[in-house]
Amino acid sequence: MTIMKPSREVGIAGYGAYLPRYRLPGSEVSRVWSEGEDESPVVEKAVAGLDEDAVTMAIEAARNAIARAGIRPQQLRAVWVGSESKPYAVKPSGTIVAQAIGATPNVTAADWEFACKAGTETMQASFALVGSGMGDYALAIGADTAQGRPNDALEYTAASGGAAYVIGPRENSLAYLEGSYSFVSDTPDFYRRAHEHYPRHGGRFTGDPAYFHHVEGAARHLMEELGYTAKDYAQAVLHQPNPKFPARAAKSLGFTPAQIETGLLVGRVGNTYAGSSILGLTAVLDEASPGDRILLVSFGSGAGSDAFSFVVTDLITERRRKAPATATYLARRREVDYAVYARYRNKLLMH
Amino acid sequence: MRQVSIIGIGQTKVDEHWDKSFRDLGVDAVLAAIQDAGSPPVEALYLGNMLAGQLTGQEHTAALVADYAGYRGIEALRVEAACAAGSSAFRVGYMAVASGLIDVAVVVGVEKMTDMLGNEVTAALASAADADYEVMHGVSFVALNALLMRRYMYEHQVERAAFANFAINAHRNAMNNPNAMFHAPLSEAAFGKARMIADPVSLLDSAPICDGAAAAVICPTARAREFSAHPVHVRASAVATDSLALHDRKDLLFLQAGRLSAQKAYAQAGAGPEDMDLFELHDAFTIMSALSLEAAGFAPRGQGVRLAQEGEIFLGGRIPISTMGGLKGRGHPVGATGMYQIVELAQQLRGEAGKNQVDCRLGMAQNIGGSGGTIITHIFESAD
Amino acid sequence: MHIPRQWRTRDQRLSLMGEVCPKCGVKLFPPRDVCPECSGPAKEPFALSGRGAVYSYSTVYHAPEGYESYVPYTVALVRLEEGPMVTAQLTDVDKEQVAIGMPVEMVTRKIAEDGEDGAILYGYKFRPALEAGAAC
Repeated sequence: MTIMKPSREVGIAGYGAYLPRYRLPGSEVSRVWSEGEDESPVVEKAVAGLDEDAVTMAIEAARNAIARAGIRPQQLRAVWVGSESKPYAVKPSGTIVAQAIGATPNVTAADWEFACKAGTETMQASFALVGSGMGDYALAIGADTAQGRPNDALEYTAASGGAAYVIGPRENSLAYLEGSYSFVSDTPDFYRRAHEHYPRHGGRFTGDPAYFHHVEGAARHLMEELGYTAKDYAQAVLHQPNPKFPARAAKSLGFTPAQIETGLLVGRVGNTYAGSSILGLTAVLDEASPGDRILLVSFGSGAGSDAFSFVVTDLITERRRKAPATATYLARRREVDYAVYARYRNKLLMH
Repeated sequence: MRQVSIIGIGQTKVDEHWDKSFRDLGVDAVLAAIQDAGSPPVEALYLGNMLAGQLTGQEHTAALVADYAGYRGIEALRVEAACAAGSSAFRVGYMAVASGLIDVAVVVGVEKMTDMLGNEVTAALASAADADYEVMHGVSFVALNALLMRRYMYEHQVERAAFANFAINAHRNAMNNPNAMFHAPLSEAAFGKARMIADPVSLLDSAPICDGAAAAVICPTARAREFSAHPVHVRASAVATDSLALHDRKDLLFLQAGRLSAQKAYAQAGAGPEDMDLFELHDAFTIMSALSLEAAGFAPRGQGVRLAQEGEIFLGGRIPISTMGGLKGRGHPVGATGMYQIVELAQQLRGEAGKNQVDCRLGMAQNIGGSGGTIITHIFESAD
Repeated sequence: MHIPRQWRTRDQRLSLMGEVCPKCGVKLFPPRDVCPECSGPAKEPFALSGRGAVYSYSTVYHAPEGYESYVPYTVALVRLEEGPMVTAQLTDVDKEQVAIGMPVEMVTRKIAEDGEDGAILYGYKFRPALEAGAAC
């Protein structure tokens, strides 16, 4: 068997979203770089403020997840942060987050990197830690302040945001895990070399051999092994670098547009990289009903996908009220123009 | 305990002294005061300073100034209490002379601020506040005063314009003080549209960054006539403290240390606020003037600003303040300011204040360190 | 940056760790060894909720060295619901929105950084309180 099932049943005890307050309309990027001729793939994207980074976003998402889980931070045995925009190249973001939420010192803390699927990597690892019985709870976080090179197609979508999950035993879960699966290959569709500010990517090569091959491959395999088809799922959340990719992959997997609608935030949020698919999941959990089956499939360039099948439990109703909803963050919105965006995202030459 | 008197005063002009160093300023004021006192045998030098280490890279300043003033070998100590450094040095000198340990001492307040850039000076000034719990949050010293002013305006229902006369009075009085930094009048309109530094504190609510030094020579009153024809007697010297941080105050809008030190001073002098003919207060910001007037008992809580609005703080008013320009008009070389206040009070009590002369017998000075963490009150009486 | 100094206060900066006086029960922030209310020893840690209201505020246009890149920013005195007052920046708010009495909550943000190659100082700021609970 190639799908993964821990020996102890596990699930999501709490979840938390975070989106920064600022939004850059796609029309602003188009105005600056094409005098408005190019059409933006998204309405707008979420932009981190001057005092935010992947660590601060991870902390808020983590606090929300812990509030929903109703556990003491000292019960956590792991705090793992997945990000491609770590504020420090060397020095763990995980220890800052762990200290801020009050989880230190009896905890492992580390940072994970796998482009846009660093966040679901921390979930896989957390399921393993809790599933093996090494600990009862682990905190899995994906957060990014993604940078797109000015005048690159990615500038329309490279966004900031994150989500966090308290992973715990099934009996204390608002959604339990039926099984997961990871599917990777060496596919250099997008990368950023050490010390470089902006990533490079392979244009259309990021599509079929990269995103679609891995997302569809992972999703199909997991559903087959679990004996499900798209019809068995209430909702599916696929990594969303733009609105087109997840829509096309969902269709190919047999999902209707309605089945991916709730978790498809990219048009209003952009691509929050390590936060992308897992923020979609927070939006789905905000509205899910007990018994709903949910498919989550991430994608990270380089390349690979993690796929998860969850079933929502009765605990969802009570717990989702305990922290701000994804929609609350979406509604908390302050538009900025390209100049302010350039200042906030450190694109002005100051030295 | 012996009675103590001022027998000589000296000061440099408050200015941006590009050509003068810290020690130059200190030496100028010290020598001027000693000369004014008829060159008595000085035994000790007490130097008030706040920022020499941060702004000029020089600590150990009292020995330096004593040496360069030609007094190598005497007792020399520096005293620091943020912006109250000047009068804290005077307090130490007073204790030395009153106790009988020292007969003749020179006290000097010195500050050299213009060797550094504005944002560096802003950061240095902030060190008067709580470094870990105020300054770390990017709260400038101006911002702390703005927090006070905003809350004052809210609780007492006053507009920013109500504070204008504090600044206008200071500038008007500075016009006739050759040692003042500013010699330009200030209009209500200009005050109204001044640019904000930390809202609601504008540039014109705030005393300027500048250089200066002021000094006084003191000795036992019993010997004062040996050196001076018009000594000024120290009637009270009192220090009180409060929390450094505004957030730790029991009552944000009341300068508890101002009240405590004023009450101690009134008790020593056997007088009350109604007996004071003038009041050199710490108008580093207009809000501080209002709070100082209230703490010292010149106005009930929330009414300090009324004294400005009604002109009672002007030279002919009920309680003239900032009579030689105050911190706003004369300038606020922080560690020197307390000594400028005392020197100017001595000028008034000696009848040497020129066009700004107030008919006076008793005068009070109140020097505030930080946003009220240390407040020092002195009362002086003319000998005539 | 003064790394040891900041390290010592990490629990205060990152999670508003104060104290409760075991004798008179008053909540203290920042922690101190002697209770200012009853003069008893105050040593018991107590994490403050971070919920409070703006007591006073000011928008800073001229920042001290190290904070220039954030201007204009708003600082405030925040009265926490447990009693203590704290000084901090407000964030995620337009200065026109700020008012005395505005409910705020603590968030952890970047406060300053020592250049691009230096340490980052994280700590508490406050923002308009968000509603918990599902919006839909």
